[in-house]
Amino acid sequence: MSDVVLHIDGKDVTVPEGTTVLEAARSVGIAVPTLCHHEKLAPYGGCRVCMVEAELRGATRLVAACTHPVEPELVVRTRSEKIDRIRRSVLELLLAHAPDSTRLRELAREYGARRDRFEPDASFCIHCGLCVRYCAEVKRKFAVGFVDRGIRKEIAFVPEIAAKECNACKECFELCPTSYLQAAFVLVESLAFPRPAETDRTEG
Amino acid sequence: MARLNSSEDLERLRREILARRDPKKPCVAVCAGTGCLASGAADVVAAFRRELDARGLADKVALRGTGCHGFCEKGPIVVLDPEETCYLQATPADVPEIIEKSLMGKEVVERLLYVDPQTKEKTVREPDIPFYKHQKRMVFGPNRKLDPRNIEDYLAIGGYRALARALFERTPEQVILEVKESRLRGRGGAGFLTGVKWEFARRAAGKPKYVVVNCDEGDPGAYMDRSLMEGNPHAVLEGLLIGAYAIGAHEGFFYVRQEYPLAVENLGIALRQAEEHGLLGKNILGSDFDFTAQVHRGAGAFVCGEETALLASLEGQAGEPKPRPPYPAVKGLWGKPTNINNVETWANVPLILNEGAAAFAAIGTAGSKGTKIFSLVGKIANTGLVEVPMGLPLRDVVFKIGGGIPGGRKFKAMQTGGPSGGCIPEELLDLPVGFDELTRAGSMMGSGGMIVMDEDTCMVDVARYFVDFLTEESCGKCVPCREGLRQMHRILTRITKGEGHEGDLETLQQLAETAQEASLCALGRTAPNPFLSTLRYFRDEYEAHIREKRCPALSCKALIHYWIDPAKCRACMLCLRKCPTQAIDGGKQRIHVIDQAKCTNCGTCFEVCPAKFGAVRKLSGVPVPPPIPEEQRTLVRARKQDE
Amino acid sequence: MDIQKVDQIIDKHGAEASALIQVLLEIQRENHWLPQEALARVAERLRVPASRIRHIATFYKAFSLVPKGRHEVHVCVGTACHVRGATRILDTLQDATGILPGETDAELKFSLETVNCLGCCALGPVMVVDGKTHGKLSPAAAADALKSYE
Repeated sequence: MSDVVLHIDGKDVTVPEGTTVLEAARSVGIAVPTLCHHEKLAPYGGCRVCMVEAELRGATRLVAACTHPVEPELVVRTRSEKIDRIRRSVLELLLAHAPDSTRLRELAREYGARRDRFEPDASFCIHCGLCVRYCAEVKRKFAVGFVDRGIRKEIAFVPEIAAKECNACKECFELCPTSYLQAAFVLVESLAFPRPAETDRTEG
Repeated sequence: MARLNSSEDLERLRREILARRDPKKPCVAVCAGTGCLASGAADVVAAFRRELDARGLADKVALRGTGCHGFCEKGPIVVLDPEETCYLQATPADVPEIIEKSLMGKEVVERLLYVDPQTKEKTVREPDIPFYKHQKRMVFGPNRKLDPRNIEDYLAIGGYRALARALFERTPEQVILEVKESRLRGRGGAGFLTGVKWEFARRAAGKPKYVVVNCDEGDPGAYMDRSLMEGNPHAVLEGLLIGAYAIGAHEGFFYVRQEYPLAVENLGIALRQAEEHGLLGKNILGSDFDFTAQVHRGAGAFVCGEETALLASLEGQAGEPKPRPPYPAVKGLWGKPTNINNVETWANVPLILNEGAAAFAAIGTAGSKGTKIFSLVGKIANTGLVEVPMGLPLRDVVFKIGGGIPGGRKFKAMQTGGPSGGCIPEELLDLPVGFDELTRAGSMMGSGGMIVMDEDTCMVDVARYFVDFLTEESCGKCVPCREGLRQMHRILTRITKGEGHEGDLETLQQLAETAQEASLCALGRTAPNPFLSTLRYFRDEYEAHIREKRCPALSCKALIHYWIDPAKCRACMLCLRKCPTQAIDGGKQRIHVIDQAKCTNCGTCFEVCPAKFGAVRKLSGVPVPPPIPEEQRTLVRARKQDE
Repeated sequence: MDIQKVDQIIDKHGAEASALIQVLLEIQRENHWLPQEALARVAERLRVPASRIRHIATFYKAFSLVPKGRHEVHVCVGTACHVRGATRILDTLQDATGILPGETDAELKFSLETVNCLGCCALGPVMVVDGKTHGKLSPAAAADALKSYE
């Protein structure tokens, strides 16, 4: 594959064709915030906090850095008034779900996002899909998945698989930017596959 | 049926079919589209069959259930050919009279003719009815001449001639060039140049390549794709075959909503008949071009109209869009180059090859060529499907074809482009129909819904309605769409309930910007359009709701009260009896009064109050006048002899 | 639901992952809902993870994971019907059946659903009960129409 030269925040960056804008930026030490991105997983493009301005032949548009492939002569700006405004808006929408998430609060400080811009929502999940995708793509266990769509979309464990696989793994726990995943797991565990100690007790 | 092994075979069969058919033989064509079937067309067809048999006319009169004629308002529609006498709202009871007068004799059944609402003039022939007269039915016109379940009908009108021309007289590159020169733009929404799109797919590396028909028509209030698919499936298939040949694809998919069972059925029959005739499968028409097609039913998700979501669904996955690039032309179905066009786009293709690119491009505006089918619905006299040349002013569509607004009400706005579109106000009605024209006005062509709204339609509620729709249909993958729409819906709902406050419009505008700029797919990026366009043209309505807690259209349930004007009430007891909550007090000779504490604003009293009284009124933003004193409630009727 | 019937459907469409949605649609049509044992069989034969089947069965509106009522009432809430008063029809039907859209009553008599467009806008507001279209409805006419169903 041939190399592509593009410009990010005034720096010339040379990367192989097929690299994403995010990877290109990070390769020269330019930080772009992300929530749903993970090196081991296929790019997803769900959270949209990594939006950057991409200019090509005079036309500028916003693209998600994590999924957008580099192109020759692309001029990328990772910060601007507009980008900051969009990121702030996205963060405020997510803070309605997880106002106490450390990761979200860090970013909120950076972009001046308010925690209480919108009415709080019952579900803590921000639907980054890290748990679902990690379990599917890396562990290939499919113990946790999405259900429903749109505003009713949620994550849910498949009890039969979770009972066999999860206690020994739990690698997804630390990926979760909120506390939702653990709460969901504890719930399914208590309902569908009580801990061995408790099982012993009922058997004994 | 022997398969056709050459272009000559096809023409020979066509001549045979035509020779078997006497053009003078009377034919009863009954519209068997979904709209007319819902109005009872199947019973009308059955009645014709029965009555023709009973009179021994079964051999002398042809009877055909055809595709949708478009004039759904007046269904079931019966047209007698060759005279083209058109009978509207026909019932089985009318059938014997039609047969005796118009088929056995030469008389016209006057009472079933179209009557002009203004001049009361009657029209006998279908093409002379104003609804049809101002249309240009190039794509949709054949529907009315065909039984969609009989391939011979399609062959009789020149069907598959364009395919033969492509296969035997053109290279794939020449076909693409011709489609490019026609300037045909995709009829599904974005309006991308079809020929250019095909070229991308042809040039893309990777094999096999696929072609797809997008019949996931999900726009509420738009049903032209359904009517084409049901009424003329062979035209869509012929377009697809030509596209597949041009692109170099040998496998195709029809993605059809499962809510369209008749389309699935008629398409299945068409595919089978095409295969029997050697128009599908190996060595089509004896050429070295092979192509197979299968039908995939969509399982109910509006977002699957989006190309990448549609492909995910074809692969058996949840319909969540993927980032573009890579575009489907490069990396589509199972990672292979794929070209997706909407039903109406495909149906235009045979036309271009038959008539020539120049003839096609001669119709329309600078940027939009050919015709477009719209579904003209809502507060309009002539609801139906209309096909008009690009460039026709919207006003002509509403008033000349649509017959204006029923009930003497006033036009307020036209919503075009479905949930991704916007509202065009009265002052822009002279806008010519076209992709760029509509986009500049803050709306879009979309797949072609035209929903007419009158003064009783609240524009804030319209915005709330579309945002509600999209909130339900968002796939939930990206934040600006899922969360942004959730919040926009909450705020708009509050406003329509009179709970809006200062700052709401600014928050909505910011959420709109976030969705437009940062959403992953077109659903989210266009989702704010209904809000933005109504704000642009009807800001005063938003402000009335927020500041005065008033709904100017008297439509938002939470902001209106029903009140009986004591000066007009004739104490007829009608509303009092019909009120489901017994909220109306009164009696014979006693003026009726609504107990506001018991009233649920259902509007029944408003509907049943006789028009000549017009005593029940809707109030918004003003206090309900106190009930008149008991002693004034006795109605003194004028005595009979005084009248 | 009979597992043999599920197998027949799978055999007809081919036991491939890409046939998943078509298989589920046919099970839904035969059985009016998707029972757990049928989904387990589909997962096994099509070699698709259970989590993906669950996502699809809840993502698409055509599927139901609970039994449906004897009569399926589909109220059109497309734009044309909306501007002609579909909301009031829906309100009335909710009162008449005691259920919300997406629900089934306790006696399994009615399931109430909204649909986005039935493509017969000239008849709006419209509802379809067990495949039969009722057009040009008023709230009272809609409630009356339901009374004829046992």
